[in-house]
Amino acid sequence: MDGGTDRGLLRFIACGSVDDGKSTLIGRLLVDADVVPDDRRAAAADLAGLIDGLQAEREQGITIDVGYRYFSTPRRRFIVADTPGHEQYTRNMATGASTADLAVILVDATKGLLPQTLRHSAIVALMGIRRIVLAVNKMDLVGYREDCFAAIVEGYAAMAGQLGLRDVTAIPVCALRGDNVIRPSAAMPWYRGPTLLDHLEIVPAAPVEDQPFRLAVQWINRTDGFRGYAGTVLGGSVRPGDEVVVLPSGVRARVARIVTYEGDLERALAGQAVTLTLEPEVDVGRGDVIAAAGAPPHLSDQFAAHIVWLGDAPMLPGRPYLLRLGTATTAATVSELKHRLDIASGSQRPAKQLAPNDIGLANLSLDRALPFDTYDDNRETGGFILIDRLTNATVGAGMIRFPLRRAANIAWQDFTVDKKARTAIKGHRPAILWFTGLSGSGKSTIADGVERRLTALGRHTYLLDGDNVRHGLNRDLGFTDADRVENVRRVIETARLMADAGLIVLVSFISPFRAERRLARERLADDAFLEIFVDTPIAECERRDPKGLYHKARVGELRNFTGIDSAYEAPEAPDLHLHTLEMTIDEEVDRIVEALQRRGVFD
Amino acid sequence: MFAKPVILYSIGKDSSVLLHLAIKAFHPAKPPFALLHVDTTWKFREMIAFRDRRMTELGLPLLVHVNREGMARGIGPFSHGAAVHTDIMKTAALKQALDLHGFDAAIGGARRDEEPSRAKERIFSLRSASHRWDPRGQRPELWHLYNGRLNPGESIRVFPLSNWTELDIWTYIARESIPVVPLYFAAGRMVVRRNGMLILRDDERLTLQPKETPELRWVRFRTLGCYPLTGAVESRAATVPAIIEELARSRTSERQGRAIDHGESSMERKKVEGYF
Repeated sequence: MDGGTDRGLLRFIACGSVDDGKSTLIGRLLVDADVVPDDRRAAAADLAGLIDGLQAEREQGITIDVGYRYFSTPRRRFIVADTPGHEQYTRNMATGASTADLAVILVDATKGLLPQTLRHSAIVALMGIRRIVLAVNKMDLVGYREDCFAAIVEGYAAMAGQLGLRDVTAIPVCALRGDNVIRPSAAMPWYRGPTLLDHLEIVPAAPVEDQPFRLAVQWINRTDGFRGYAGTVLGGSVRPGDEVVVLPSGVRARVARIVTYEGDLERALAGQAVTLTLEPEVDVGRGDVIAAAGAPPHLSDQFAAHIVWLGDAPMLPGRPYLLRLGTATTAATVSELKHRLDIASGSQRPAKQLAPNDIGLANLSLDRALPFDTYDDNRETGGFILIDRLTNATVGAGMIRFPLRRAANIAWQDFTVDKKARTAIKGHRPAILWFTGLSGSGKSTIADGVERRLTALGRHTYLLDGDNVRHGLNRDLGFTDADRVENVRRVIETARLMADAGLIVLVSFISPFRAERRLARERLADDAFLEIFVDTPIAECERRDPKGLYHKARVGELRNFTGIDSAYEAPEAPDLHLHTLEMTIDEEVDRIVEALQRRGVFD
Repeated sequence: MFAKPVILYSIGKDSSVLLHLAIKAFHPAKPPFALLHVDTTWKFREMIAFRDRRMTELGLPLLVHVNREGMARGIGPFSHGAAVHTDIMKTAALKQALDLHGFDAAIGGARRDEEPSRAKERIFSLRSASHRWDPRGQRPELWHLYNGRLNPGESIRVFPLSNWTELDIWTYIARESIPVVPLYFAAGRMVVRRNGMLILRDDERLTLQPKETPELRWVRFRTLGCYPLTGAVESRAATVPAIIEELARSRTSERQGRAIDHGESSMERKKVEGYF
């Protein structure tokens, strides 16, 4: 593996539009490099058939997911990511590009540059790939003419320049016949550059810049008095004696030993998995970053990042997601979506949400400060994924552009009169009663009954009603999913202030999404929080229709109406489940007041 | 990330490398997870002997699971055919073992270069509560960030060697002097030719058909599984360096000797159903 001519591993991605012949090109590369076993070659109908692995793909004749191929020549080892060309598969391209050193962008000589060419190049640039091969394919169909090739190369140069892609090598090929893939083409004597394989064999892998040392702690190794921190070096290098800082805590120490199975190392480099011991022994946890003390990463709970949206449901600002960065995981929300990139035109468009395969620039707000670098400085410590908290699906990928330090300038001010003092004079503890249910289910009626009962008992209350709040605080919000999320977020924060003031807060809100009700529960967890599901069948709500809204929704005058053309996600485990058709208002109020007593809000 | 992970130890070369990597990664501590071998009762005897010897040497506890129900029904490759045997004694047995112990992550030595449908496998591969794989609903994997979060009942198969090739495996075995089952090395062995494969008659359960005569040939195995389903290749490569040299010249794929892979997209189908 360490022979004199071995230039190490090159990971590259092949991208192009449907029918540009990507799979054919890779198939040709593998066949001509003589790395395809005979039995597999015999089983494939054509070159593309060597690549398209899944049954569905063979049936549809398209590539539907990222596939990885492995081959080596005497000069180098390669991993190829083959990604689909369909527009809706931006996510797969981003996935393939995230670990690639180089991108081969295919253009069909008969079609020239297409919107997808720009799209693929923009994603490649965004994902931090700097080296591009422009493979102009199907040269046979344009008579191997130099002017066709030159026109495409010239057009692409302008595009690449705008995207900041400066390292472009253009090669005219015919994947089907093999011209300039591995063998120089006799049909194109005017081309004197390298063949595709020649180029791939000699091009340097992604430049290893002199990055500062980073290690994300994956596991605490404790055995027989030994205490070490295991993880992969994500940047730079480290030697025993180096001064390091542990983040987020900020504690400093020196590296005592670099422990491996074969014995201690004098130096560990990026990519190596090692176990460090520190002197003195400081407190380090899984998810922490150990970094060069002289060049530490940023530490903040807010940053701006490009987000590629991978999820099927749209990204909604204000909705909490899980963010995984290095080996740390925390909750995070998009606090502001600055714009969406219109990749086809390269322009920035205002947006309230990101649809699947959209790319946007956003500010993110984390539950706690994490260490990170900008993506340009270090892909491993500057890239993150977002995870949906209900489905656990990976729904977003992000590249950190710069830290935001607003939080650092706003410190929490402590005051003398605190919640405890306020609770003492109220004679009861604060609580939140969160009523959720369809429009017309009886939320407000029950909440009104509870509030009257509590007031009669001398308890201090406040009722936040969905409709009423929309007359003031939330009058700027509509009824799209994005606005509903923001609507609930503001109500949660308002309820939080009121609970802090010592009140029993009744929130009467349709609050149709589980994710936001979960956010409410977590944000308001310091106090008694009761999720009350006012469960009335939609047919009954529609029959009552106290505000005439169901009628309007049915005749199409009202859009995005919960239960009709907007979803209501029923609670899975509410604290109280009121089947209103089987209970009277008084019984419902009794149940709620009893629940408050059980939770110790008052005796 | 996981409550109860397990290493699936299949005794083969990939498992041996995987185990070696785990031992190295956790040094000086021992790997903090269990080892599981799903025994179909049709493995080569040399595999079982090697397994028991290695576990004693390493001092690691090994769980061995056999599908008792399948055994009671007398399921085997000759009586029921390769597909039924593999399904019941391997795939169903694995699911039983994972359910029995409540493992939420099963770490295996599968590699993407083994077979076309494995090329699209993730490093963290999500399985439903019924252990099914949905190739179209896979989680994207960017950089080196893996999403191991599970809903109740779901589990993850983890394939740390996804990006290794057969040649990488042997090169690493050479570099690290990792012990492997001797069947990988060429030797004179008594084999019978059946359905185009060279089958080693490992015990008397393989009954000879008329005109079948065992013959002595110099053979080795590129992959190891149930002996009646695993074809040998003719070879003189009796050392690791000789195997590496042989691979560089090889014209056939690694799993070409495996009877269970044949048939249209059969590996993909088996994987959807929960095969490793």
